[in-house]
Amino acid sequence: MRPRLHTVVHLCAAVLAAGSLGATLYNGVEQRGAALAFGVLIAVGELTRRNGTRIREAAPLAAAGSLSYALLGETAGRPTQHGAAQVVTVVLAASLLGSVPHVGRGGGPALDPSARRVLTVGFAAVCFQPLYNRGVFDGWGGPAHALLLLALLCLTALCDAVLAAALAHSRTGWPFLPTLRGELRAVPGIGAAVIATGAVMALGVAVVGLWALPVFSVPLLLAQLSYRRYAAVRATYRQTIASLARATEIAGYTPAGHARRVAGLSRAVGRDLGLTEPELTVLEYAALMHDIGQLSLVDPVPDGATAVLPVTEQRRIALLGGAVVRQTGVDPRVAAIVERQADPHREQPLAARIVRVVNAYEEKSREGGPGGPLTALEELRLGTAGAYAPEVVEALARVLSRNTEGAREHGGRSWRGPRTGLSDPGRGWVTHG
Amino acid sequence: MEALPARARAYVACVTVPALLCLLPLVPGSPVPPPGGARFSWWAVALLAALYAGCEHLARSRPAAAPHPGGAFHPVLLAGAFLLPPPAAALVALPGALLLPVERRPYPARRLWRAGRLVLAVWAAGRVHLAVGGREAVADCDVPGALGTAGAAVLAFCLVLTLLDGGFPAPGALPRGRRISAPAAWWRLFLRSLAPITVHGLAGLMMALLWRSPYGPVAALLVLPPMGVSWWAFAQYHRERAAHQATIRALVQAVDIKDGYTRGHSERVGRASMMIARELGMDDERVEVLRFAGILHDVGKLGVPTRLLTKDGPLTPEERRVIELHPEYGHEMVRGISFLGEARAAVLHHHERLDGTGYPYGLSGGQIPESARVVAVADAFDAMTSNRSYSRARPVPVALEELRRCAGAHFDPRMVAALVRAIGRAGWHPAVTADDPRPAGGDTRPDAVPGPVAPAVGRPGARR
Repeated sequence: MRPRLHTVVHLCAAVLAAGSLGATLYNGVEQRGAALAFGVLIAVGELTRRNGTRIREAAPLAAAGSLSYALLGETAGRPTQHGAAQVVTVVLAASLLGSVPHVGRGGGPALDPSARRVLTVGFAAVCFQPLYNRGVFDGWGGPAHALLLLALLCLTALCDAVLAAALAHSRTGWPFLPTLRGELRAVPGIGAAVIATGAVMALGVAVVGLWALPVFSVPLLLAQLSYRRYAAVRATYRQTIASLARATEIAGYTPAGHARRVAGLSRAVGRDLGLTEPELTVLEYAALMHDIGQLSLVDPVPDGATAVLPVTEQRRIALLGGAVVRQTGVDPRVAAIVERQADPHREQPLAARIVRVVNAYEEKSREGGPGGPLTALEELRLGTAGAYAPEVVEALARVLSRNTEGAREHGGRSWRGPRTGLSDPGRGWVTHG
Repeated sequence: MEALPARARAYVACVTVPALLCLLPLVPGSPVPPPGGARFSWWAVALLAALYAGCEHLARSRPAAAPHPGGAFHPVLLAGAFLLPPPAAALVALPGALLLPVERRPYPARRLWRAGRLVLAVWAAGRVHLAVGGREAVADCDVPGALGTAGAAVLAFCLVLTLLDGGFPAPGALPRGRRISAPAAWWRLFLRSLAPITVHGLAGLMMALLWRSPYGPVAALLVLPPMGVSWWAFAQYHRERAAHQATIRALVQAVDIKDGYTRGHSERVGRASMMIARELGMDDERVEVLRFAGILHDVGKLGVPTRLLTKDGPLTPEERRVIELHPEYGHEMVRGISFLGEARAAVLHHHERLDGTGYPYGLSGGQIPESARVVAVADAFDAMTSNRSYSRARPVPVALEELRRCAGAHFDPRMVAALVRAIGRAGWHPAVTADDPRPAGGDTRPDAVPGPVAPAVGRPGARR
């Protein structure tokens, strides 16, 4: 069997780490004070890592510290002598040390983030240290040096994004380009703060010495704190929306778990069609609440199956649902999707098409018994003339086939499994940097 | 133009004049020599001023619900105070503060006020920094010295800002009795602003150090992205939190719409639960959770057919059994919301009774979670003091007497005593919610709500 991409990445990282370790052991550690200070900073940054908060950079301080060590040219005016091998060794040792409590809590070492860290830091260090030690950058004094560091860091961030997207693609089969686009769109947030802090720390240490490390990490810590709170309130909000969505199930209008399944599958289809992360969130909320209009009905629809109702009735329920969603103060885009889920697909926004197709698939496959999924897909393909958008049906077919393959490989885990479960933080694994 | 009280106008003038005096040494040929030497680069002033105005403009163009505590881009101003002579540093704040739009009328006065207070604060910070010898520390890259002197300057900055804010004559002065003393209010404001301004001061110091270094202003600019990102995340946090609360309110309103008679009931039970929790000396976090428990206790009624909820007159045993499912429906709905904590148990058990005759599980005594015992008392109290399809509102003292009578059998005597104490002290003022023009419940409610007068259900404190 051909080796999977993530295995190759892990192997590369392991080879780089082992080589650096060997070289450092052979040559000894230069400038132990600086190495120790940066090591402590990275370890502390790792200690503040919180996985499962669905934010891109789970340990921004550690990332900024490692990058600034890779790009360190001077300490308080004296040139440094450490090479790229020492940078990788120090970063690796400090990261491992900092993740000891995390492993102790049963979190398990996260292989993907570690491999990414080693490879990106190695890239930055290999680009900078040998050339700098050889004096190639001597002409780049003053502001030009700052710009050089910035350019190198941006290049490193680009490589990191490509690596992250490739790992996600290899692990889950998500299409590569939209994933890469999502990774790149996340850079202006905490990613920019990490890049800027990495550059500022390297320059600050060059100007005032190691004092710069504690002082210059304060703004990044503040940013990390703000991001955590934002991520926490977002997680809470998501739980509340999911509960609101279950009101229809409890009231007996829809079968149990319907909203959750439609949301999970809609997200997968949306990802396949290249929606970005914010769009996916809107899609997921809309899918969760797509049936909420039924709360306004006097009598429940049999089995909550709206896909078999007359079109006018479907539209009426959709409009009622939009009105309810508008009242809840959720993003107005969510209400717009819920409202237009029963329109002909040519007039619908993409997210509404997805919700319509996935909802119809879920209802039809549930009725169909064992052969239900296949029959349902076939019905949707035949019915695409007016109601169901063909490109969405094809995306759905791709997602389903991928998940059946994946289910075979990963021991029966399908899209209904815990990875797409609503409150499961594990789904965001690719976003932990 | 909205009239500004004369006192406020005078105050703005009192701030503007000294601010102008601070800037006076910059005028060529002025009688006052600028302190700290006349040697500085106008380029630096222009660059910092443009940076400040640009950042503030960017921050305003983003829709943000709440401003960052202590202003968004003070680091730029403080970096100016650490680099330039005080009058020049004060000038940095001027264009941004004067030119950027203000939200409310009267515009010129508000702009003058904003500019005046910043100019004075930056000038004071620069003056203090100069006096304690911070310039040399920054120039020599002596970090401990620079930290100490910057700390002194930040203290001065914060002091001037909060003093000016605290001195502003309050519009529509509060009644004498309720106003807390001015020094205490100022002290609270000062403590609240000190931490964020200290972080801003640290960032400003980093900017100043890098600005003076061979790497120049380019490197100094790189200090700002983390501050900007943290400001952005902070604003997003507030936006999302507001949206979350709106959603919870909508969840509750959905119940209220189904069950017309309980309009405002959820909010009031939340309020009463909060009063009991406070009275029992619970910490703030738990009080907040219990408020949510009260607000959401009947959310399961969403699952009960509307016909039963609005039925007039007595229910058949079959119908009663259906309605009695609502705690379990409610728990099923909220059990996935982790921040609710013990409020979820309260939703499930708020109809249990101490003697074990309640539902859904017939728990008794200490088996019933404490949160549920709190909500049970609050729920019964509000049910008695507001109109229902099966009973009319009773006066508060009668309801409390009824609760005391049932304490021990139905209700936890501790909770009842706490409610009696809390209401005895603060009274019962059910808030009128903004979207509900009618007076919401309470014993004073007039008969504005048309409703059939059904005979009270035999059991005391009986609720559906």
